[in-house]
Amino acid sequence: MSGDFANLLADLKEDEVLRLTEERIESGEDPLKILDDSRKGMGIVGKRFADGEYFLPELVFSGELLKQVTELVKPHLKQAVETKRLGTIVIGTVAGDIHDIGLNIVDFMLDVNGFKVHNLGVDVAKEKFVDKVKETKAPIVGLSGFLTPAFDAMKETVEALDAAGLRKDIKVMIGGGQMDDEVRKYAKADAFGKDAMAAVALAKDWVGAK
Amino acid sequence: MEKKWADMTWQEKREERFKRWLSPDIKFTSPEAEKLYKERVTRFTKAIKLEEPDRVPVMIPAQFLPSVYAGYNLGTVMHDYGKLKEAWLKFLNDFEMDSFLPPSLVLPARMLEMIDFKLIKWPRRGLPDDAPSYQFVEGEYMPAEEYDAFIYDPADYLQRYFLPRAAGAFKPFSKFAPLTPFVAIPVGYVAQFADPEIRKAYETLFEAGQEAVKWAMAVGEMSQIGLAAGYPNIWGGMSQAPFDMVGDFLRGTRGIMMDMFQRPDKLQEAMAKLTPVAISGAVSSADASGCPIIFIPLHKGTGGFMSNKQYEEFYWPTFKEVMMGLIDEGLVPMPFAEGNYEPRLEIIKDLPRSSTIWFFEHMDMAKAKKILGHTCIAGNVPVTMMVTGQPAEVKERCRKLIEVCAPGSGYILTAGAWMDMGNHENLRAMMEAAKEYGVY
Repeated sequence: MSGDFANLLADLKEDEVLRLTEERIESGEDPLKILDDSRKGMGIVGKRFADGEYFLPELVFSGELLKQVTELVKPHLKQAVETKRLGTIVIGTVAGDIHDIGLNIVDFMLDVNGFKVHNLGVDVAKEKFVDKVKETKAPIVGLSGFLTPAFDAMKETVEALDAAGLRKDIKVMIGGGQMDDEVRKYAKADAFGKDAMAAVALAKDWVGAK
Repeated sequence: MEKKWADMTWQEKREERFKRWLSPDIKFTSPEAEKLYKERVTRFTKAIKLEEPDRVPVMIPAQFLPSVYAGYNLGTVMHDYGKLKEAWLKFLNDFEMDSFLPPSLVLPARMLEMIDFKLIKWPRRGLPDDAPSYQFVEGEYMPAEEYDAFIYDPADYLQRYFLPRAAGAFKPFSKFAPLTPFVAIPVGYVAQFADPEIRKAYETLFEAGQEAVKWAMAVGEMSQIGLAAGYPNIWGGMSQAPFDMVGDFLRGTRGIMMDMFQRPDKLQEAMAKLTPVAISGAVSSADASGCPIIFIPLHKGTGGFMSNKQYEEFYWPTFKEVMMGLIDEGLVPMPFAEGNYEPRLEIIKDLPRSSTIWFFEHMDMAKAKKILGHTCIAGNVPVTMMVTGQPAEVKERCRKLIEVCAPGSGYILTAGAWMDMGNHENLRAMMEAAKEYGVY
């Protein structure tokens, strides 16, 4: 049954997933198990996205389904959920840029691949990156940007991390619309990722996970 | 007797429009300017018709750059039309180019402030003065439950629901009774104008209208000066793909992607309603400007955003209808395919021979040339190279692009997007490359 649930979620069967969620709650099943199956389903979605079978609409819609399932389950949870994570990553779109589509895909893919993601959102001041890295001790920072002025904002953010004495302990990846290896060099980041799968591969490599 | 417009084929209509583009109603500054103007227009029209021009034409990839080049920034020129003119004139004087973009996308900041516009952020309103461009604030300005109201009457919907959310000055419009019903004796309709808030809204709009006209005069003057000096306009009008109209302005990216699963029929109906709107708007701008090229920035159908199957179901049909509508009016659609359009090549090739200019950002141009050989393509020096690179690299990249794309005509040299900052010498390098390597 749990395998079915994960597959139904991965196949984006809204009605069935919600009906099944309610049935499982009513039958007194451990709600953590439902969340666990949901996570498996989202893992399948992530894999299909990586394989080029799913695209942005499926990510958006599966995220919505997960939200609905979580809302149904939440009132029945007895303790907070803690899952083991591969590592922690701070991501955000750099100052002066308010694009977030790519950022949210990266967030989604890192999350379903087992990372704890602190998504700072858009137009993030360099100080906010510094503060969040200090607070979370995250070993990885992902800078997103769509517009050409993000080149400078990325450079300044990396410099700020350096000035705060954090640079030697962290890896910085960049990505987004106009980014490429030229910009990586310019911003003095460690790597450029051309898509969300590249971000996952880089992050796994950096934390030493397979 | 002359053939009537409605009886002409699209090619005949286009020839008429090309003729008008070639001989604008303008007094040139010199016979030399007129000669160069005609050479430049012919360079473009030949590239479009897949006939060999004298050399590869260039669209200089500068949109907001002239403000920085003149020592100002976007914030300054959006607020001060005198400086706006000065900057664009300086750019016009200092650079060689085949076409000139008047600052029609450098929006009038004061007017936007007066109407309290909420769909973009601009310098001094959410962005710093030196921000190189304004940015869109996406949102669900139309909640999913309102699809039916929009489909029933888009005009009524836009006035009473959309505009009040998009701009503070229009907020009182939400108080209007439905604007759709047939009103024979308009007593009740007229009585609404006694409402103090509605009155105030109109007063604000009268003022803002004056401001918009002041700006439009400045931009129009720039355009006229450019023409008189021999530089053709290359954007006769703008249009959009219906999917982007819904996704960019009404439902947002998240909203429209949910709709693809939860209410696909409503989405299709809304796009069908917007299709004739996307055509007629562009036709009237082209009629007014005299230039038949219609710029169509494409957003949400790019590779990676959706599958080819979804593209063919949701994006392409109404977008193609818009382009066919433009082509039938003798216009030349110039879709600007932002992002990576490579996965779409086999789908988008389905347009009449030499009808379109496909302008690409990230693209394997050799592949594009092969699959879209029956139509003109434009692009795609990486904008990262334009901004951070050296003139020699830019020139070399242009040489390679010309080598791949120019044979047999049907190529316009430009970058993959606009450089809004960076080394302006790279623009000269692009022009040099066209003259050195692009001669037929």
